[in-house]
Amino acid sequence: MLQIAKLPIAIFAALIITFPWMAHQIPVIDHYADIMVFVGIYCLITIGLSLLMGYAGQISVGHAAFFGIGAYVSGILTTNYGLNPWICMIIAMLITAVIALLVGAPSLKLKGHYLAMATLAFGIIIFIIFNEEIEWTGGPDGMPGIPGLSLFGFKFDSVDKYYYLVWAFVLAAFIFTANIIQSDAGRALRAIHTSEPAASAMGVDIAKFKIIVFVYSAVLASLAGSLYAHYLNFINPSTFDLFFSIKLLIMIALGGMHNIWGAIIGALLITFLSYEWLHYFEEFEVIVYGAILLLVTIFLPNGLVGVPEMLKSWVRRKN
Amino acid sequence: METISFTSQLFQYLITGLTVGSVYAMVAVGFNIIYNVTEIINFAQGEFVMLGGLIMVFFHVGMALPLVLAFPATVILVTLVGILLDRLAISPIRQPSVLTLIIATIAASILIKGIAMFIWGKDPFDLPAFSGRNPITVMGAVIQPQYFWVIGFLIVVVIALSIFFDRTIIGKAMSACADNADAAKLVGINVKQMILLSFALSAAIGAVAGVTMTPISLMEYDRGAMLAVKGFGAAILGGLGSFPGAILGGLIMGAIESFGAGLVSSGYKDAFALIVLLAVLFFKPSGILGDIEISKIKRF
Amino acid sequence: MILKRITILITICLFSIGLLISCAEKPPEPKKTYKVGALFSVTGRTSFLGDPEKKTAEMIAEQINAAGGINGHNLELIVYDTEGDATKANLALKKLITQDKVSVVIGPSLSGTSLAVLPLAEQHEIPLISCAASYKIVHNEKTGKPYKWVFKTPQTDTMAVEAIYRRLKSYGLNYIAIMSVTTGFGASGRGELLRLAPKYGMNIIADEKYGPKDTDMTAQLTKIKGIGPQAIINWSVGPTQVTVLRNRSDLGMANILFFQSHGFGSRKNIELAAGAAEGVLAPLGACNIAELLTAYDVQRDVAMKYMQDYKTKYNEPLSSFGGHAWDAMYMVINALTEIGDDKVKIRDYLENNIKGFVGQHGVFNYSADDHNGLTDKAFAMVIVKDGDWSLAD
Repeated sequence: MLQIAKLPIAIFAALIITFPWMAHQIPVIDHYADIMVFVGIYCLITIGLSLLMGYAGQISVGHAAFFGIGAYVSGILTTNYGLNPWICMIIAMLITAVIALLVGAPSLKLKGHYLAMATLAFGIIIFIIFNEEIEWTGGPDGMPGIPGLSLFGFKFDSVDKYYYLVWAFVLAAFIFTANIIQSDAGRALRAIHTSEPAASAMGVDIAKFKIIVFVYSAVLASLAGSLYAHYLNFINPSTFDLFFSIKLLIMIALGGMHNIWGAIIGALLITFLSYEWLHYFEEFEVIVYGAILLLVTIFLPNGLVGVPEMLKSWVRRKN
Repeated sequence: METISFTSQLFQYLITGLTVGSVYAMVAVGFNIIYNVTEIINFAQGEFVMLGGLIMVFFHVGMALPLVLAFPATVILVTLVGILLDRLAISPIRQPSVLTLIIATIAASILIKGIAMFIWGKDPFDLPAFSGRNPITVMGAVIQPQYFWVIGFLIVVVIALSIFFDRTIIGKAMSACADNADAAKLVGINVKQMILLSFALSAAIGAVAGVTMTPISLMEYDRGAMLAVKGFGAAILGGLGSFPGAILGGLIMGAIESFGAGLVSSGYKDAFALIVLLAVLFFKPSGILGDIEISKIKRF
Repeated sequence: MILKRITILITICLFSIGLLISCAEKPPEPKKTYKVGALFSVTGRTSFLGDPEKKTAEMIAEQINAAGGINGHNLELIVYDTEGDATKANLALKKLITQDKVSVVIGPSLSGTSLAVLPLAEQHEIPLISCAASYKIVHNEKTGKPYKWVFKTPQTDTMAVEAIYRRLKSYGLNYIAIMSVTTGFGASGRGELLRLAPKYGMNIIADEKYGPKDTDMTAQLTKIKGIGPQAIINWSVGPTQVTVLRNRSDLGMANILFFQSHGFGSRKNIELAAGAAEGVLAPLGACNIAELLTAYDVQRDVAMKYMQDYKTKYNEPLSSFGGHAWDAMYMVINALTEIGDDKVKIRDYLENNIKGFVGQHGVFNYSADDHNGLTDKAFAMVIVKDGDWSLAD
């Protein structure tokens, strides 16, 4: 999918805007807007990650760390120093950008599994720091009392208000990222994914592009972290552990990583599965979750965004 | 008050580190066997170790089978799990991309963990040490007899594998797949079978690691993931695909953790091993014994 | 042809949606029930807490309903699994409040998840009885008083630490090494060990940590052996607290006095330690040691009954963590029996009427200034002797 069509984005935006109202009409899904806040937060991460993995072809198993850095920088600066949350959010993104640059520059020279391990190692190291620096982070018990967000006296203090705030960020990030994909830079990225030697022969500065995308995706994760911290008013390290990084990978793979819509669909599905739907299976939850993942990877190798394409060819074949 | 001299302390750290490192090394060897044939990292490798420990508990403690029977029975059962993993999760994938395969192994590891929780529950289980629990003192350092079993089995695995890959036809065929799958196909090697064999083999090694480590550290259903991460780290540190590298990587990781905990800070011991790993990768992107030329032709 | 296939597809989709919705819908209740919510970490890395808590709460609800409910009202217990995850706990509590409309909530199991949902309980004004250890749950640092809507049943780490320190002081020992696991439980205990050490004149000469999935703690113990403390205090739960005992006995350190935290309270740990637990001391609540209590002990009856019921129903040894849910459940049941299911009344009842409540982990006396309600009597110092608990002199 080279072009991102305008119509789907408009429909998507309309759905997002009306969703809380629709959900509130049906008692059993009344609380879905609340879950959608987290879906939005995770979408911010997967949109960046999808650009990094699907388009630039670089794996990262450490994005939970950037998510965590955003959350902790926001948390520490607002609770301990009483700074304005919006300023903290920007500081967090800057700090994350610097860290991503420092980690990304040497890491992105690595290939494949080596890059996976390097980012994984980085993620675990950051997680250990969250756990160990108790004076700053509160240690494993976490950090309570993080203030909520407000803008010019308007408080984002209900689920629905925060929902619109988060999804406004998601739409902005989505459109911005879609534009990147359609620009010259996007073409360069796809060239990198297809064949690095060919791209470099065409005069694409591969290293520079990779790092820019890595930093961009890290900054989006940091923003998501800040939004998470101010919504929950509480953070603890286990939210930002290795398993969350893997969950992000699963979201991308399940949604379909060669398409930015896959990032949204993957985040939506995995979040609802793990926060809501699998609850009915109680003790069997883990088994069902594993089985669903396995079946999707086996039968939908291109992720859920590949389903319409598969159905089309299925209908055609049968005729 | 009995104390311990500094040199004895250092020796103790080394012994402990090498034992823990041997387990990592066995996991890393398992990673390499599958990687060499398929280029994928099987994140369910840690689950083989977990299953090895828990199935051994079932045979040896639950059914009171003697060690010499329970051990091979466990290895065979886990090997079957490895074969099932390939048949049910890996080979049905029609257009395999490396990321899809990795996600499939992660999904499989979640599934195996869930089933293990269902069968054994969430509590840890113990296994009697193979030759008692009376420690031996060497140079002031204390060594559990089980440590020798762990290190010993690592050596057995290494010797058996090198005979297998260098001396047997099947082993050579597997090495051929590792070098060049297309060429291997041309000379009539059944690559699908080789992949199946690689899963069986690495499951068996995982089971050996699980059986030997359980008397030291107990075993419960959710230990696999951490072992997989450590083993993956060891495999990368040594250089993916290199068996001596895997063993070296595992032992180094174990030793750094042990010395780091004893001499610097136990809270950050896991971070030290990973910082060393990152440092090595930044200077030598293919790991200590990894071949940069070979890693270039690999897709992933 | 195409149309036919599409029709089939759509029908399948509609059916599965219908199935999902029908699964989600709860069967209609014939009469008014009292709804109690519960948040436990039933699965995941901290399932050793949430699993026995869930089993205990469900067992009690079953018993109550089998006996005709509370004043004729059925008791409906709605348990959500937090997996020890702050996000899930947050979502689940909101769901319990807005969707299930429960009148009181038990849990969460962990200090972290409890601290995570505490602002929600305050904001939505719903009574919450946490089953986690940290004193921060019932101590608002800004006001120095408890949070209005939040109570808790477990003894705080502070009490466990003080019990150990007092014991050490009575032995005249003050050079100690501490070890802790790098989870919420370990870090919280470590914090209290460090904080209270000066008060009891304790010198902490080693402060070692290990991860919850570590396979061997020999390195940490070797370092401690080199320093030579008079006693070692270990704060962890799960398999590591057994491994640490084995490593210690391997290293010939059995002669150094060894304390475990109150997390050691399961006989299974003694069994798993394979002899290495002999002589180890731990501060434990009554439900761990029901058989050791004298006939005069007020807690003996409740503890014995709980232990037998649990063993009969689940065919597994009792874990002391389940006792925290027992305490919370019966407080709630008492409140519902006395004043019905009004949230404000339940809160007031808990604060004013839980006096001399005989629970599994002590005799509770809640008040406006104390939402934990236990004294240091809630712990008995227990020593492992001949593979079983025994009261330490």
